[in-house]
Amino acid sequence: MSDLKFVGKPIVRIDGKEKVSGATHFTDDLEYGSNLLYTALVESTEAHALIKHIDISEAQRFPGVIAVFTGKDFPYKFGLYMKDRYIFAMDRVRFVGEQIAAVVSRDKRIAERAAKLVKVEYEALPALLDQMEALKKDATLIHLDLGDYIHVPWFFPQAKTNIAHWRKTRRGDIKKGFAEADYILEDTYSVPRYSHCPIETHAAVGLCDLSGRLTVWASSQSPHTQRNLFAEALAPLGFTHKDIRVIAPPIGGGFGGKAGVSMEILAAAMATKLRGNPVQVIWSREREFYNTSQRLGVIAKLKIGAKKDGTFTAIDHRLYWDAGASAEYGANVVNAIGLSATGPYRFPIIFIDSVCLYTNLPPCGAYRGFGYSEFMFGLESHIDRIAAYLKLDPVAIRKKNAIKEGDILAYGVPMNPSGLHKAIEAVEKEIEWGKKVKSDDPHKAIGKGFSLIWKAPAMPPNASSAAFVKFSEDGSLNILVSGMDMGQGFLTVMAQIAAEILTVPVSKIRTENPDTDRNPYEWQTVASHVTWSCGNAVKNAAINARDQIFEVIERACVLPKEQLYLEDEKVKCKTKPDFELPLKDFVINGIQAKDGTFRGGPILGKGIFMPEFTSAYSDPETSQGGHPNVHYTVGAAAIILEVDKDTGKMHVKKAVEAIDAGKAINPDLVKGQITGGLLQGLSTVLYEDIRYDDKGKLLNPNFTDYKIPTAKDIPDEIVPIIIEVPQPDGPFGARGVGEHTMIPAAPMIANALQDALEIRVKTMPITQEKVALTYLKNKEK
Amino acid sequence: MHKIKITLNNEKRLVDIEPHEILLDVLREKLGVKSPKCGCDRGDCGSCSVLLNGKSVRSCLILAVEVDGQEIVTVEGISKDGLSKVQESMIDNNAFQCGFCAPGVIISATELLNNNPHPTREEIKEALSGNLCRCTGYLPILEAVENATKEGNNE
Repeated sequence: MSDLKFVGKPIVRIDGKEKVSGATHFTDDLEYGSNLLYTALVESTEAHALIKHIDISEAQRFPGVIAVFTGKDFPYKFGLYMKDRYIFAMDRVRFVGEQIAAVVSRDKRIAERAAKLVKVEYEALPALLDQMEALKKDATLIHLDLGDYIHVPWFFPQAKTNIAHWRKTRRGDIKKGFAEADYILEDTYSVPRYSHCPIETHAAVGLCDLSGRLTVWASSQSPHTQRNLFAEALAPLGFTHKDIRVIAPPIGGGFGGKAGVSMEILAAAMATKLRGNPVQVIWSREREFYNTSQRLGVIAKLKIGAKKDGTFTAIDHRLYWDAGASAEYGANVVNAIGLSATGPYRFPIIFIDSVCLYTNLPPCGAYRGFGYSEFMFGLESHIDRIAAYLKLDPVAIRKKNAIKEGDILAYGVPMNPSGLHKAIEAVEKEIEWGKKVKSDDPHKAIGKGFSLIWKAPAMPPNASSAAFVKFSEDGSLNILVSGMDMGQGFLTVMAQIAAEILTVPVSKIRTENPDTDRNPYEWQTVASHVTWSCGNAVKNAAINARDQIFEVIERACVLPKEQLYLEDEKVKCKTKPDFELPLKDFVINGIQAKDGTFRGGPILGKGIFMPEFTSAYSDPETSQGGHPNVHYTVGAAAIILEVDKDTGKMHVKKAVEAIDAGKAINPDLVKGQITGGLLQGLSTVLYEDIRYDDKGKLLNPNFTDYKIPTAKDIPDEIVPIIIEVPQPDGPFGARGVGEHTMIPAAPMIANALQDALEIRVKTMPITQEKVALTYLKNKEK
Repeated sequence: MHKIKITLNNEKRLVDIEPHEILLDVLREKLGVKSPKCGCDRGDCGSCSVLLNGKSVRSCLILAVEVDGQEIVTVEGISKDGLSKVQESMIDNNAFQCGFCAPGVIISATELLNNNPHPTREEIKEALSGNLCRCTGYLPILEAVENATKEGNNE
């Protein structure tokens, strides 16, 4: 591994020139011609209501309106993990902002004006805006026919309740576990919803041509999954997979929000009824807030038992998730955490309930961190509090209990190789743990906070990747994959992997965004798994191309293929030092024999990857017996936080984050993920504060009122540290790191506040005013 | 309909517009210039920034009629004769990820360096504080702008 030429090198991004020159054209930048139709949505003003009547007549008559669609035009359900959504609301609405109708026109403004003429008559139903209310036995039902919904076999919806899924994980006798403890701490932590805020809002354009071919351009993390869901939802209209093509231009950020299918289905469905016209649906920033998936909120009731020396004896973790009006994606977040809510710790006895609840707020789904950021806030806060009670050092107690390779995970499978302990030590050293920092300003206090990181990709057991590599006449390469580069550098990393095998430099490789017609299958770009999964597929494709190269040389040059190797874009032979054949001489046109005939032809490599060892089947009462996760990526992080005691204003002076990437295919890109993910995490703690009124209406759907950080709000210093304990089945040992970088942010702030001011904030976000008020209250005690 | 005359990326352009049309839409939909992006439609995110007579403005907050007779430069204009130092430095410093905010960032940085060839980090932060980036954590962007100044040539 030490003589790698391209892997492990900080190669600059292959899409750099496009991105900085304005040449990158996102979905809304493409030209769709003068036949383009614009849509304006009519959305629910009620959180929960029956739709008594929709009057579209006035809108239909409005000059310039081409069509007005409502639910009855598309009475089809869709959903990735659970089919619980209609394309437009049918007989009832379940959140403020739910799409009820769409008006289509050649003119944007006409569509918008006509949409205001659609009249909806509602009969209000009690709205459930809190998951604990939704859990109550006599709560109004949000989905009356939940028991009939089609869902994946590892979900357990409870008919006649608002529980969309309940993941139970059990190991050992929980009573015994707490009886063995010298100290038990029990408390509740809450984390609200968050919005992804990619700077590019959702955009989709559907075109059904006159032959019945449906093409959808979408700002998407999931082109193949979208094709599949469109085909399933639109099957009643006669569409099959071969009739549908999804093209995914570069996307301007996703963070999970552009995974699965949400608004894209509107463009697909409407296009089927407006043949020959591209139909555009684009979310304004406001609509992006109202009507795309958000991050699930959670109320976590946590109880941990520990012995005097800090050894954990048992964990009882009950998590109640607010999934909103649809749980089609969000329930899988709940599922993932139900399997992993121990955090990266050894607990001999485990009791986890992770409960997915419908509420009358916007649907929630995947968000960078996939539930781990949320539960780790409570868990890592709890561990510092236990350490304080037992008079142990917060890092020492973590080291004592931190999971090691071979330790048994909550669901009964051994932990993969990991550099968790190395990460803890690296962070401890860099942040100078144990060394107190004092502020010169008497109004300010400084504290340090520590947290561990862990996360596994949450995927169906058969999530797979595929890749083609094909040569051009000059020996340059095209890689065809269907992963999405949403900023993480996927295209570059895939090029580095192929370069390593085929010795073609990255500068001679092009990796393009997917088109489901031309590029091979990829499940989705989510779960921080594409470097690992698609990376394996690309590696396999490159090896396959290399095998074809050796095979043709063997036939044409009569050299044993076992003796051949590639170096500097040439085929060489171990036993014949003077043999040297440049790739460009034969990878398209073959090799000419003495009689003038040719051998070979264009070299096309193919590779696939599916983790064949995973299984979602397990005992629903205990989660034992299956193998749901492929592996965990782990790490550690710490901050130095300065707090103004009078105002509560916080400033991160230094942040250190160490991630075990297995192998950093591109260290610069991994560092970029750490810097960016950490700030996104800090943003959810310090700045972002989503607010709804008592009728379920979002109050701050814009960047004026929903704050995300600017260049002035960043830590003084961020130190990214890469740990490399190889993943045995990863490409060159690599694991994903993208989401993990956000996870430690919230507990680090909470723990640093404890250190600085001796206050404990148990509800997110940890805003300036909350800190000031908590400190004041604490002082008065 | 009004006919307005502008200099766009060093080229004279005539365009018919309605009085209500905003500059961002006219640039993107009528003049084929796609680098200014719509990220918020109300001046919060800075993705639509363009240089108007050398000054960075948010094209989503300006009516197209207001710019009659004036000069507009977008990232396409900056890139025509090769990349500027800021752009090169952004590539070298991994200063974008999804790249959606990059054109706006480049416009703000270009204006800054045109007026202040050797800004301090605080001045860079101030100049870029109107450009929201959700991916990078800003540090690489600040480093990119700093590094662009070090080599002396701030096109």
